[in-house]
Amino acid sequence: MSSEWPLWEIFIRGQHGLNHRHVGSLHAPDAEMAIKHARDVYTRRNEGVSIWVVPSATITASSPSDKGPLFEPANAKVYRHPTFFDIPDEVGKM
Amino acid sequence: MYAQMVTSEATNDDPAKLVAFQARIDAGEKIEPKDWMPEGYRKTLIRQIGQHAHSEIVGQLPEGNWITRAPTLERKAILLAKVQDEAGHGLYLYCAAETLGVSRDELTEALLSGKMKYSSIFNYPTLTWADMGAVGWLVDGAAIMNQVPLQRTSFGPYARAMVRICKEESFHQRQGYDIMMKMAFGTPAQKAMAQDALNRFWYPSLMMFGPSDKDSVHSAQSMAWKIKMNTNDELRQKFVDQTVPQAEYLGLTIPDPAVKWNEDKGGYDFSEPDWSEFFEVIKGNGPCNAERLEARQKAWDDGAWFRDGLMAHASKRATAKVAAE
Repeated sequence: MSSEWPLWEIFIRGQHGLNHRHVGSLHAPDAEMAIKHARDVYTRRNEGVSIWVVPSATITASSPSDKGPLFEPANAKVYRHPTFFDIPDEVGKM
Repeated sequence: MYAQMVTSEATNDDPAKLVAFQARIDAGEKIEPKDWMPEGYRKTLIRQIGQHAHSEIVGQLPEGNWITRAPTLERKAILLAKVQDEAGHGLYLYCAAETLGVSRDELTEALLSGKMKYSSIFNYPTLTWADMGAVGWLVDGAAIMNQVPLQRTSFGPYARAMVRICKEESFHQRQGYDIMMKMAFGTPAQKAMAQDALNRFWYPSLMMFGPSDKDSVHSAQSMAWKIKMNTNDELRQKFVDQTVPQAEYLGLTIPDPAVKWNEDKGGYDFSEPDWSEFFEVIKGNGPCNAERLEARQKAWDDGAWFRDGLMAHASKRATAKVAAE
């Protein structure tokens, strides 16, 4: 009845209060084992204080061919960045 | 080097797409799993990353051999941590290979059937405790030579796996050198053991880089794709240049009378290993090939009931959960 363990994506929150960050993936029969494996595979050197595991099959990703329509509109909107505006030195830090 | 003699696969793709792909690589962009890539790029990478992963897994065996016989509890804990790291490295790499559309079980089965290879170095036996020092110092040292540049490889998941591996690999080399120092500066008998380990691992370590490939079309293709960053000879020279002074510090002699500083090239001269031995080992006729594969086959077979059992437990629990809702 051999069936391969499903794939899980692993997210770890590092020590310094940052977001959980994707670190890689691994195989495990269920979520509980995925957390145990993630502990052994991805936090052998104190890399984390919290682990999320997500079945890879449940992730929906944007398609590389949509890169243009999705992200190019932001390129044209430079006024969204604070550096777009020149504030005179006399005004001080803003 | 953990991936040896990986020949690049031919590609039958639309020339315009190939040009665009090469332009992305030349611009330093990372290729991600869902991006278009030439079939040859995908297949070569599966072969290369898979071989690298297999090497990490099989590479646990020569050192695992000494865990129960480490001279102190501290040495035992350190060696255990190192071997555990190797399992981890294998897993990072298998995951990177899987993003290219091959399954973990397919990779394992290809290793066990002999269809895929692992590094020639792990077919040599580890006869004494000094070999643990030599393996860390020389074998991990040689692996680092190749892995550091691979952090810049064009395939994103491979590059990211390499970053993690390199961080941990320097612990491996240092713990090996630490063992060598202890023995080389110990009793005459210990020093003799250290020298003997160096004698046996020197040429097999040089072989890890593979035969000269400066004229190989496969290597040229892999280098253009940035899945190979340096020629085998470049890496081997770098390794020798780094290692000779380290041996001198230990008061040990490199088992090659030709080793001599060459001012003109700014590196050491040295003798080539016996390449006929290398090809024999690759073909399966090294001192430990049969034993290594047998151990992996046994682990795979003996673990089958456990893998299946956990899977059965998981699906039973999932069904019970659905029923309760």
